[in-house]
Amino acid sequence: MAKRSYTKTPMAEQKAEVRNHNFSEVSFGYTLAEGQLEASRCLQCKNAPCIAKCPVEIDIPGFIKAIEDENLAEAYKILNRYTNLPAICGRVCPQEKQCEMVCRLGQSKKFEPVAIGRLERLVGDWAIQQPTEKVTLPKTYKGKVAVIGSGPSGLTCAGDLAALGFQVTIYEALHLAGGVLSYGIPAFRLPKEVVQKEIDGIKAQGVTIETNVVVGKTITMTEIMEEFDACYLAVGAGAPNFQGIPGSALKGVYSSSEFLTRINLMHGNQFPDYDTPIQNSQKVVVIGGGNVAMDAARSAKRIGAKEVAIVYRRSLDELPARLEEYHHAVEEGIQFYWLTSPTEYLADENGSLKGVKCLQMELGEPDESGRRRPVAIADSEFVIEADTAIEAIGQGPNRVLLETYPELALNKWGYVDAEEATCQTSIPGVYAGGDIVTGAATVILAMGAGKIAAKEIASYIEGKK
Amino acid sequence: MFKIKKSSQLSENEFDFWIEAPLIADKAEPGQFIILRIDQLGERIPLTICDSNRGTGQIRIIFQVIGKSTADLAKFQTGDNILDVSGPLGQPTEIKNYGTVMIVGGGVGIAAIYPIVKGLKKAGNRVITILGAKTKELVILQKDCEIYSDEVIVTTDDGSLGQKGLVTEAMEQVIQRERIDCSWAIGPSIMMKFCTLTAEKYDLPIYVSLNPIMIDGTGMCGGCRVTVDGSIKFACVDGPEFRGNEVNWTEFISRMKQYKTEESAYLSSSQGKQVNTHG
Repeated sequence: MAKRSYTKTPMAEQKAEVRNHNFSEVSFGYTLAEGQLEASRCLQCKNAPCIAKCPVEIDIPGFIKAIEDENLAEAYKILNRYTNLPAICGRVCPQEKQCEMVCRLGQSKKFEPVAIGRLERLVGDWAIQQPTEKVTLPKTYKGKVAVIGSGPSGLTCAGDLAALGFQVTIYEALHLAGGVLSYGIPAFRLPKEVVQKEIDGIKAQGVTIETNVVVGKTITMTEIMEEFDACYLAVGAGAPNFQGIPGSALKGVYSSSEFLTRINLMHGNQFPDYDTPIQNSQKVVVIGGGNVAMDAARSAKRIGAKEVAIVYRRSLDELPARLEEYHHAVEEGIQFYWLTSPTEYLADENGSLKGVKCLQMELGEPDESGRRRPVAIADSEFVIEADTAIEAIGQGPNRVLLETYPELALNKWGYVDAEEATCQTSIPGVYAGGDIVTGAATVILAMGAGKIAAKEIASYIEGKK
Repeated sequence: MFKIKKSSQLSENEFDFWIEAPLIADKAEPGQFIILRIDQLGERIPLTICDSNRGTGQIRIIFQVIGKSTADLAKFQTGDNILDVSGPLGQPTEIKNYGTVMIVGGGVGIAAIYPIVKGLKKAGNRVITILGAKTKELVILQKDCEIYSDEVIVTTDDGSLGQKGLVTEAMEQVIQRERIDCSWAIGPSIMMKFCTLTAEKYDLPIYVSLNPIMIDGTGMCGGCRVTVDGSIKFACVDGPEFRGNEVNWTEFISRMKQYKTEESAYLSSSQGKQVNTHG
């Protein structure tokens, strides 16, 4: 065998100056040959640490071995035992904090870890190109389950329950399934065809998806519990937070959720071919340092903004976004204001935004989260000129369902109180997982919860009968 | 898909649809709204539920053509399908026996007050309804409101029907004549603002129904945020009804114009453009 490369097999991508004018995917993905080359870097460890660090415990060396053997069907079969959405997770998981972080190859100083995410994506992309196998649906079902929300957690739970022989209906409030995969993560990171194909795969297993149903409004939880044997709540954390600084209601000030929904779900970037408009922004300030902030900033650039800046109150070391996304953003010409905190939005004579007033910060003592707390520097005020500001400072639990279901116990942060190990809530037969339990987290953690819930729901229903 | 069971034209620019939506019809309460999307290329627009019939599983909407989406919708006929209808959304009006209530509707806002008029009458209130419009042709639902009102006062800008003048003048006449316990006003934002100022003069509680720009209508984007009593509220989940005197009107009216350039450019460019996939 040839000597192992020190670095990951490179993945081709669009050039920054081209891609920052389009919404096509940045990275092209591996060819089979590239995948095999990368797969050959895997040490095939016994008790592989990467498995334990994956929230759904995929047999990583197993599927990588199958790629090396040029057997993508086998690789998919292995992956599919653990995940319903490999083409999505291969793209959006923060592998550097999960499987790849503990990769034994990567532990040695000279080597980068195996590109597990890229390999998963290769197999996921291969699978969605294959004709869908016709699944024979059972004549009688083991029970009926309602899943509320069609994001990654709901989709995973529904897929697993269908495979176990349950009749599953997903209720989705929007007109399109996918949750954050459809309205949140932009197409240049996660093409919408990929999302659609993975959802089609879950539907092919016999899962029904009812869109335009707002649970709590269109139908109530009482009605759901009358009709179904059990229910899984996976409604996410979709209510945007606003800083509440003066000028928040000016024209040109958006939540990242609104800005991204207009583009991803409503195709505002294709206005007027699509009916939903988006502001013709020229100078954009994005507030926040997470992946959502990167997504919003890079989207703003793509709809034609000349200058896009991210304002973050801490420094690069504390940035919560994936490093890869930060690098992509820098390559695409996004500017960064570190240790900067907005204090006011300034208006022009028409009530439109004309600038963001900011304070310079310095890092003080560590706070409860262990990160050093930013402290304002006196007399450091300055203004960034902007016609658009996008707040990407986090989301909270949506109250629509929770307000109409007061019986359900919540934790002190307003999220659903559910056992981590079982997803069981305070109400028998009602399970919950994903962001509505944990607060905004990752796609893979939401999927992990969906898998646990499916198992628990199955044994709950079987135990009842 | 949601089938239009009955459609009619009320005036040059106002249309009246009954839509088959059994789940929504089953739950709709006065003051609530739907979000609809005409077709795959469409935007999501909010419209008040004007009436609903649990027996037939239908809801009624009355809308005015003001832009591209409403113009497209107006081309729909009985038997056509609307792609997406979601609801009932928002908090219902607090229907109870207040005593004597005054409900003011302006223009197409009359369609939004009708379910409130009906609900409040059924709850035992003495109901005084004021309907305002530019001209006689634009006074809609007068007969329907009369069924559920103890008194209906019609005002038109040009005096072509009822008394000539503004709804606020009719409000003052009623307030000076008898004690009113609570009031509502729904119509153009400028009208709601002046109704609020009128009610405030007499310490009369007044509710308005705000119609800001919305996208999802379920509280996940904050596009519809308004400042009420100094704090940020989302009209789609906290409203759409708020106490008129607590609304920051200047800000609200300004935010309504956020996409004026895009909307007018679009409307002029799309004139004569074929409406997509209905029928």
